[in-house]
Amino acid sequence: MYKYDNYDQAIVDARVEEFRDQVKRRLAGDMTEDQFKPLRLMNGLYLQLHAYMLRVAVPYGTLDSRQMHVLAHIARKYDRGYGHFTTRQNIQYNWIKLEECADLLTELAAVEMHAIQTSGNCIRNISSDQYAGAAADEVVDPRPWAELLRQWSTFHPEFSYLPRKFKIAVIASPEDRAAMRLHDIGIELVKQDGVLGGRVFVGGGMGRTPMIAPEINPFVRAEDLLSYIEACLRVYNRYGRRDNIYKARIKILVHEIGADEYRRQVVEEFAHVKTLGIDPPLAEFDRISAFFAPPAFDINASDEIDRNDPDFAVWLDQNVKPHKQPGYAIVNISLKPVGGIPGDASADQIDVMADLAKDYSFDELRVTHAQNIVLPHVAKRDLYTVWQKLNDAELANANLDLISDIIACPGLDYCSLANARSIPVAQKIATRFADMDRQRDLGELKLKISGCINACGHHHAGHIGILGVDRKGVENYQLTFGGSGAEDVSIGKIIGPGFDEDGVVDAVEKATEVYKTLREGDERFIDTYRRVGLEPFKEAIYG
Amino acid sequence: MVEFRYRNDEAFEQPSVTLDAFLDQSNATAVRLEPDDDARALLPFLDRLTLIEVAFPKFRDGRGYSSARILREAGYTGELRAQGDVLVDQIAFMRRCGFDSFAPEGSLNPADVEAAFTRYDHAYQGAADAAVPVWKLRHG
Amino acid sequence: MKILTGNDLGSGAVTWWTGNDWSIHVEDAADVGEHGESILAAEEGARRVNAPYIIDAVATPEGPRPAHIKDRVRALGPTVRPDLTLKPADPTAGEWVI
Repeated sequence: MYKYDNYDQAIVDARVEEFRDQVKRRLAGDMTEDQFKPLRLMNGLYLQLHAYMLRVAVPYGTLDSRQMHVLAHIARKYDRGYGHFTTRQNIQYNWIKLEECADLLTELAAVEMHAIQTSGNCIRNISSDQYAGAAADEVVDPRPWAELLRQWSTFHPEFSYLPRKFKIAVIASPEDRAAMRLHDIGIELVKQDGVLGGRVFVGGGMGRTPMIAPEINPFVRAEDLLSYIEACLRVYNRYGRRDNIYKARIKILVHEIGADEYRRQVVEEFAHVKTLGIDPPLAEFDRISAFFAPPAFDINASDEIDRNDPDFAVWLDQNVKPHKQPGYAIVNISLKPVGGIPGDASADQIDVMADLAKDYSFDELRVTHAQNIVLPHVAKRDLYTVWQKLNDAELANANLDLISDIIACPGLDYCSLANARSIPVAQKIATRFADMDRQRDLGELKLKISGCINACGHHHAGHIGILGVDRKGVENYQLTFGGSGAEDVSIGKIIGPGFDEDGVVDAVEKATEVYKTLREGDERFIDTYRRVGLEPFKEAIYG
Repeated sequence: MVEFRYRNDEAFEQPSVTLDAFLDQSNATAVRLEPDDDARALLPFLDRLTLIEVAFPKFRDGRGYSSARILREAGYTGELRAQGDVLVDQIAFMRRCGFDSFAPEGSLNPADVEAAFTRYDHAYQGAADAAVPVWKLRHG
Repeated sequence: MKILTGNDLGSGAVTWWTGNDWSIHVEDAADVGEHGESILAAEEGARRVNAPYIIDAVATPEGPRPAHIKDRVRALGPTVRPDLTLKPADPTAGEWVI
C-alpha cells in the first residue's frame, strides 16, 4: 500500500501544527466558536451530543497493521476503548477532548494518518472498493487513482469552501461494492480497446433528496482524469446553490440545469483546464501504482479447505469471497454481532484484526462502506486458523450481507443532528432474526437505518430502509423498500405511515414473510419486491 | 483599506466600480466582482485593468477563489484583491488562487498572516501561484 | 422551567448550569427563569462553556427532566452503552430517557 515520502509527511505534520495552533487560539479565547467551527470541521472534529467526535480518514479504506494498532491505541488513550467504523470507510472516536486532540493527531501522523477534510464543505475522503487488488472482476486496482485524487484534493485552494461537502468514489469492477453512483462524483475505471479511462458519474447522493448520479462522460482518458474532475468541481463551485444549505449539493445543480447542460459546461471548462498542466505525468502514476503491486502470493497455495467444522463452514460460505489469486480468499470480518452496535469495535478487537492482517493477509486491512473490515489476501490454508482467532475475539459473525448485517448511523445515541435512535432498532432486528438458519434462508437482504434525513445510514439504498424521525418529540420510524447501493442502484420508496420501535421490527418481519411466500427460484428480497411491487407487502404490514 | 499587499507597484486607491457599471462602457480601471459575477466577463478587458477587487461577503462563500484563478489563468497581472470576510485561516488558499492583496474587514495579526503563508512548504496541486506541485518536485 | 446546557470547552463534557457553576449532572440544573440569555452570553464569553443553549425542562422529585429526548440522551449518555453513561450501575437508567 501507499507509503508517504518526505513531501507527504511534511504536509501532514504541518497540518497537525496548524491545528494545534488553531486549538490553542480557541482555548485562549482568540477565536469564537463560530470562527473555530469550520476550522475544526475541516479537520474532522465535531461537537456531538456527549463530547467532541473525531473522524479519522482511512483513505480508500486501506490500512496496514501498524496503523490499525495505532487506532486501537488511540481508542484506549484518548477515547473510551472503542471506535466506530463508518460508511465512508473512516473511523470515528466519540469521546475526544479538544485539549488532547493535537496530541492525538501527532500520534496518527507518525503512522501516516490524519483527519484532513473528513468534514467541512470540501472534498472528503476518497472511497473505493474494499476488494481492490483482490477482486477477480476488477479491470485495474482503483487505489492508485484514489491516491492521486487524495493528493490532488488535499488542501485544494480553490475547492475548500465549496457550496457543500463533496464525496468521490473510485471503483474498477462492474460489481459496485462502494455505492459509487450515490456519490457526488463516481468514477468507474474501464478499458476501451486496451486504453484505461474513467466512466464519470456526477450528482448522486443520499440525504433529504436522494439522487442517482447520471453518467456525464462515458470515457475520460486516464491522463485527462484529474483535469476533468477539476472542471467538474469548478463548474460546481461557481454555480452550485449557496442560498439554501439543503439545495447546495452538486446533485441539485445537475438536477436543476440537467445533465446535458452540466455536461456542456464541464466540456467547456475542461477545454480550458486541460491547458493548465494539472495532470501529473505517467511517471507519478507509475510511482504510486508501484505501492499497490500485488503481494508475494505463494503460487503453489492450495485451493483445498477442510470444511469439517460446521460453524466454520457457515462462516466460510457467508463471509469468505473469491480472490483473483488461486489459493487465496477475501475474508470479511462482520462488525455486526447480534445485539451489538453496527460498526463498533473495541480496542482489543482492533488489535486482533491488526495482528491477523500482519500474520495472514500481507499486512493489509480494508474498511468497507457497510461498516465491516476485510482481510483482503488470506491463503485458503489459513482460513480455519483465522476463523478460530476471530471467533475467540467475537468477530466471527457469519452474517455478511444478511438481514443482521445492518448499516446504522450512530443516531440519537451520539449524533447531534439525529431525530431518533438507530442503534436500538438495529439491535432489535438482529435479535429478532438471530437464528442463523432463518437469516440464511432469507439470503442477501440489505437493511440500512438512518436516524435522520441526512441519511448517513444509507436508508435510501437499503433493500429495506428505515428512517428515524421525530414525531412530536417521540421517535418514529418510516420504512422504505427497494433501494440498492450496488450496480443495480435504486432509491427506496416509503411504504406508508411510520411505526414505533417495536412496530418497525414487526413490520420488517412481516415483509420477510411476504418475501418467503412470493419468491421464485433464487430471487433475493429485492428481486421479488421489484417483480411484485409494493402492494403485497403493504397489505401484510398495514392490512 | 488594504492591510496586506504583496506587490511592488504603487497601490491603486481609486474606488472600484461594479461589474455592470464597468461593462456599461465605463473607462474605469478598477472593478469589483461580487460572488455571483462571472469573472470571465472581464477577460476581454484585462490589459486595461489595474485592480480587480473580489468580494467575500461571507468567508464560507468560496466562489471568489474560482474567480481569482480564472483571472490569473487568463493572464491578468494587475492587483487582485480579496475584500471582506477574509480570515487568517483562509488567506493562504486565497494567495494560492492568485490574490496578491487583502482587505479584511476584521483586523488580522500580521504575524499570524505571515505564519499562514509559510506554514506549508509544499502543495500537492498546481494553482495560480508559483508553488511547484509535489508531483513535479518528485519527477524533476 | 428553563435550564441551561452546553459542553465544556476543553473536554467536551455535557454540562448544566447550577446557578453559579456548571455541573455534569442534570439533577444540579437550576431554573434560570428569564435570565437564560444573559447568563449564556457571560458564561460563553468567559469560556466556561461551549455552544450553550436554553431548554425547557420539567421539575421532578429527582430533579429537572429535559423536555426533549435529545437532551435527556445528553444528560445520561448513550442508551446503547449503559457502561458509559453517568449511571452505569443502574440498569433501568435508560428508561428515564424514553
